[in-house]
Amino acid sequence: MTELATYNFAYLDEQTKRMIRRAILKAIAIPGYQVPFASREMPMPYGWGTGGVQLTAAIIGPQDVLKVIDQGADDTTNAVSIRAFFQKVANVAVTTRTEEATIIQTRHRIPETKLNANQVLVYQVPTPEPLRYLEPRETETRKMHALEEYGLMHVKLYEDIARNGRIATTYAYPVKVAGRYVMDPSPTPKFDNPKMHLSDALQLFGAGREKRIYAVPPYTEVVSLDFEDHPFEVQRFDKPCTLCGAEQVYLDEVILDDKGGRMFVCSDTDFCEDRRAHGHVGPMLAPNGPAADGLPGSKEAAE
Amino acid sequence: MATPLVVSEVFKSFTMHLRDGLRLPVVADVSFSVASGECVVLGGPSGIGKSSLLKMIYGNYAVDNGQILVAHKGKIVDLATADPRTVLEVRRQTMGYVSQFLRTVPRVAAIDVVAEPLLARGVNAADAREKAAGLLAQLNLPQELWQLPPATFSGGEQQRVNIARGFITDHAILLLDEPTASLDARNRAVVVDLIEQKKRAGVALLGIFHDEEVREAVGSRILDVSQFSPRKAAA
Amino acid sequence: MTDTPLLKVKDISKFYGSRIGCRDVSFELWPGEVLAIVGESGSGKTTLLNCISTRLLPTTGSVEYHMRDETYRDLFRMNEAERRFLMRTDWGFVHQNPADGLRMTVSAGANVGERLMAIGNRHYGNIRNTAIDWLERVEIDADRIDDQPRAFSGGMRQRLQIARNLVTGPRLVFMDEPTGGLDVSVQARLLDLVRGLVNDLGLSAIIVTHDLAVARLLSHRMMVMKDGYVIEHGLTDRVLDDPREPYTQLLVSSILQV
Repeated sequence: MTELATYNFAYLDEQTKRMIRRAILKAIAIPGYQVPFASREMPMPYGWGTGGVQLTAAIIGPQDVLKVIDQGADDTTNAVSIRAFFQKVANVAVTTRTEEATIIQTRHRIPETKLNANQVLVYQVPTPEPLRYLEPRETETRKMHALEEYGLMHVKLYEDIARNGRIATTYAYPVKVAGRYVMDPSPTPKFDNPKMHLSDALQLFGAGREKRIYAVPPYTEVVSLDFEDHPFEVQRFDKPCTLCGAEQVYLDEVILDDKGGRMFVCSDTDFCEDRRAHGHVGPMLAPNGPAADGLPGSKEAAE
Repeated sequence: MATPLVVSEVFKSFTMHLRDGLRLPVVADVSFSVASGECVVLGGPSGIGKSSLLKMIYGNYAVDNGQILVAHKGKIVDLATADPRTVLEVRRQTMGYVSQFLRTVPRVAAIDVVAEPLLARGVNAADAREKAAGLLAQLNLPQELWQLPPATFSGGEQQRVNIARGFITDHAILLLDEPTASLDARNRAVVVDLIEQKKRAGVALLGIFHDEEVREAVGSRILDVSQFSPRKAAA
Repeated sequence: MTDTPLLKVKDISKFYGSRIGCRDVSFELWPGEVLAIVGESGSGKTTLLNCISTRLLPTTGSVEYHMRDETYRDLFRMNEAERRFLMRTDWGFVHQNPADGLRMTVSAGANVGERLMAIGNRHYGNIRNTAIDWLERVEIDADRIDDQPRAFSGGMRQRLQIARNLVTGPRLVFMDEPTGGLDVSVQARLLDLVRGLVNDLGLSAIIVTHDLAVARLLSHRMMVMKDGYVIEHGLTDRVLDDPREPYTQLLVSSILQV
């Protein structure tokens, strides 16, 4: 197969990378602050992760190892496409193993495995402005951030409690970063919010359509907003993962048949595989379980 | 204070701009004083300026020249030139006024209308209402009316609310503009009693009374306002 | 009676090109005083109110406010953050159209509680109780606390706006035609409420109105404006009962007797 076109390393031209890196530095210097940047036309439309892709393209180097996940899974169409994209334009090594990656681009989830200081987590963000749905005027929201006027954010949480008896926001749960800026963590489940706090890794957030970059440097305080008498709580799952038996991880629901059969499995596919490789099994794969082999994700299916 | 109210060389006229600037002199060179414990009656024919004089003293009308000196909190205040805050303070602490007609405020019960001057002076609500109730009872206002706003009361009933409101405090000066006009004999007698009480307490009273009986009963002396008529002064 | 004025307005003028919005207005306002600014349309009263409340930048003049820490601050030399903070805590602004002063898509309770949340209150139960307390004070049924103002009548919305403004215990409240557009009986109720609150809380207020009856009921002092100038000012009952200026006499005589 002949290549008709050759790409600059990681697709973007060097000046663009420089511009994005400057925005990243600014973002790191002001944790949680949305830095405007000149988002480029990418070979995928808005709404398909262009913000994350531009961040990754700006920081990736030939020695990096890239992992891409979508809702925790490495094998969805989007994750596969973006991974293939970077293989083509940067010729970098890719992996599904969290521990092996140096850059992890994610849509809407944080890996269960604790990240280390050599890793960067790149988030894909649809709407960077946490106040957008309460205050549609950009002029007003900019002022509110500048003057640290966040009463409106708590109004939203108040409304939640008044309507639902508790704070009903379960994803994109607003957080306060380094005690100053209120930030939208992207539509990750609130279950993942505590992972952002004092992380060893650098966290970068990119919104391509809205043209904003923001960042949480390593070891930064990230506190979820709440009320004294309605404190922030993560979701609890009362069952372990059906495949690997993990507890206190975020689970996806999988429908098995049209008789209402379903199972709950780890959303983080790599985490689940890793556990099973180490011999952990969940109720379904247990020696006396309903189907010890032949299931998606089991060792046989993986080969 | 022996003479809490002194009026000195007061002149007033109205300029009716809507009538091409027609100038109506009201009073000229008014000078008199009222001592504690006396009730001075303003006399003279209708239209001579008695009511206007009372309103000038209360600060409701402005004066063109002259001084209206009131002993207030140990000092002398000239109401003719005082700023609005001072006038309001004098009204709150030192000088009361029973007007001819009650200006009703919507939704406020009669008993609260009467209690208000005490509340404005910091008396607590329960005590103020108790005192108001006492006065209204003395003035024979039926109890069932006490919780109602006075807008629908008869003239005589409104007047009694007005009187109670004017007499409830211990102001050192009290101005009365026809306080018994709409009252029957029984209630006129009550008002005479109230005025006598005030005199005994050392209050300086200045009033207009059309009813001769009441005038005779309470007046210490009569001040004929016609002597201040500008027509007379011009002559 | 305190000796320090709460607000010192000096020579405020606002020009739009060569057109006069308001001209050379000076006055002082003391704690607990209610000042009415009265005039017909185009008199400049709303312009003046907006200049004094810093919603508009005047062409000349200064406005000094006695802060809670006992210092006087020139309001137009404050930075925006301080001014906005002042507007949220120590001041209130009641708009003629309540929709301008409320968040229509958020519940009544949240409307009242927002200022509290903006200054750092983080206890849901307390915020809600305070909101219920204030709703009752402005005579809105406590069980409407979770309803949106979109479902309220005009009078209720206006009362909600008042509660929203007073919840942080401001010392100075600006009102722009607070009873404009309301039915007469609703007006009476609102006026009585405002009168009571001003008395109970010792508020100072500056009320712009074209309705002399509102001025008489609510204010201690009155300023009459015509063509941008203050043509008469003084004790309210004095200005209304013994008007001296031709225009004031015209205004007072124009009131229809019922």
